[in-house]
Amino acid sequence: MFEDGGIINELFIERLNYLIYVVLLLIGLHAMIAKNNLIKKLIGMSIFQTAIILFYVSVGVKEGATIPIYLPEHDPHGSHATHAEGNQTTEQNHGPVVLEAGLVKGYSNPLPHVLMLTAIVVGVATLGLALALCQRIYQGYGTIEEDELLAQIEKQETRTQPRVVSKESKPKAVAVKKASTAKAKASNTKPKSSAKPTPKKLAPKSQAKSLSSTSKASSSQSASVKSKARRAVAKSTTTSKVKPVTKAKSSAPAKSASVKSKAKRAPAKPKTASKAKPATKTKSTTNPKSSTTPKKSTSAKARPRTPKK
Amino acid sequence: MGLEIFNTFILLLLVVVALVSLRVKDLLTASVVFGVYSFLMCLLWAEMGAVDVAFTEATVGAGISTVVMIATIFNLKRKSSD
Amino acid sequence: MKKLSLIPVLLVGVLLIYAAKDFPEWGSPSSPASKSPVSSHFIANTGVDTEVPNMVTAVLADYRGFDTMFETVVVFIAGMAVLAILKNSGTKKSGAREFEVDAEPDIIVTNTVRLLVPVIQIFAFYVLAHGHVSPGGGFQGGVVMGASFILIALSWDLETALARFPLDRCTIVAGAGIILYAGIGLLSMFLGGEFLDYAELAKIFPVSREMARYHAMLGVEIGVGLTVTAIMFSLYANLSTEGRLKGGL
Repeated sequence: MFEDGGIINELFIERLNYLIYVVLLLIGLHAMIAKNNLIKKLIGMSIFQTAIILFYVSVGVKEGATIPIYLPEHDPHGSHATHAEGNQTTEQNHGPVVLEAGLVKGYSNPLPHVLMLTAIVVGVATLGLALALCQRIYQGYGTIEEDELLAQIEKQETRTQPRVVSKESKPKAVAVKKASTAKAKASNTKPKSSAKPTPKKLAPKSQAKSLSSTSKASSSQSASVKSKARRAVAKSTTTSKVKPVTKAKSSAPAKSASVKSKAKRAPAKPKTASKAKPATKTKSTTNPKSSTTPKKSTSAKARPRTPKK
Repeated sequence: MGLEIFNTFILLLLVVVALVSLRVKDLLTASVVFGVYSFLMCLLWAEMGAVDVAFTEATVGAGISTVVMIATIFNLKRKSSD
Repeated sequence: MKKLSLIPVLLVGVLLIYAAKDFPEWGSPSSPASKSPVSSHFIANTGVDTEVPNMVTAVLADYRGFDTMFETVVVFIAGMAVLAILKNSGTKKSGAREFEVDAEPDIIVTNTVRLLVPVIQIFAFYVLAHGHVSPGGGFQGGVVMGASFILIALSWDLETALARFPLDRCTIVAGAGIILYAGIGLLSMFLGGEFLDYAELAKIFPVSREMARYHAMLGVEIGVGLTVTAIMFSLYANLSTEGRLKGGL
């Protein structure tokens, strides 16, 4: 790689253009990775795209060749006038002919241009879509800076994730916590600092009561959740605890196909009823009014995208 | 020979403009400078003989892309942190 | 952490520069891309096959017409996706921007634009129709046409532009463009050729096979232009108002 002096000549003089293309590519790539603002990332993406298109188009450049449109003397449509001396114009008629190889070399290569036309148009379509997503993110989180976004998402996730407490109360607390979070998500209210799961039996009851909205469904839900929690607390084997956990988790989505118990069916039905009404009202399930449900929550929780009030 | 100098000059200007567009903290300035970047690309392609690509980039890049970006920034914050 | 990202970026740069050493010299006619038989075939045979002087339009709309059809579909999908993301998504809070643009339409701007917009639209038609002979074609003409509507929206307000080109008509026009493109392809398939084999259209139109390709290319470019126009305007309308179509730049 490091021959004597040849590398400098090769890289910097004959192929200077390729070097600058590489520099542009690196600028775009670094901007996409390292910039904080989402719009700057998009600008970096566009710089990257246009640098690639530049590289492609320049691969097909022939020095001294003309543009890829037929010159008048090769024009397939027949006549063109040539001005001879003495102000006489002669018309030459010729039909379409296949160009021989010598003339072919005089035209630029049309193939990279065609491919890059498609690339430019697809690039602008992608840019439009990405800007729409940026607006949506701004509506949901109030910011388009990446670090603030990550902090908000983490805060939302830790608020709804059960935290680890003492060992003996952990499964109970997990079941209780999951039941209460499922209920809280379904009734579309803000979970309070219930991130700290309490091993008490009364805790989910009070939480459920305090968090419940004024609808009738939620009161029945709280009753059933209470009973579920009591059932979860009463059973001491892990397998039976798994079942209420999974029941609580799977009852949360409105389309709970595997309904196993009546208590689960009871909360599922009022939940779907209460969810169906606001769903049809707002007509969109991704309205980012409340800060509880993270729109783009990446955790694989079985939680519905609850519609807003 | 003059064409090569022109080529190299526009390419170096391109790098400068790309860096400026990414470094300013005002998003409106960044969009307008990005329009300048698109326009310099169009010039480069027209000089290389790719006239269709230059036409498309002039309309799409310097026209639609810049306007759409400014329309989006109008609804977001104009100031960026970096 | 972000500073660490410089390392892979520089690695990629070093690799690319190392690869750049093997490239042919810039602009040499002996580079493999220029000597490839496909492009030589395109340059040599566009005249006999299609009688279109602009090789790029011929390759785009005829030899590689399948690519162009799906590119149009991609543009259409992007417009629909923006519509789906942003429709009815604004909340009351997002109406308050940092700075309000409540200016009245300026008299100089509106009168100039009133004179300019017809000229721009005729120019867009010209670019579309003349794409066979000069640089241009469906995309460029469509974008210029869409830009004329955006100009109306910028100098008056978005309601004025939407009164002339409502968004439901936008989607219909965009769909019509793709149907036109695919329809020409299917028509040539029903007439016995392959999909998008325009020469078969000579069976129903009284033109020669080459001129059938010429005219079908024009039809296809019109389809592309329709879709691109509608999507560019709907993209602007949705993005500047967050889907609510009120207010905006």
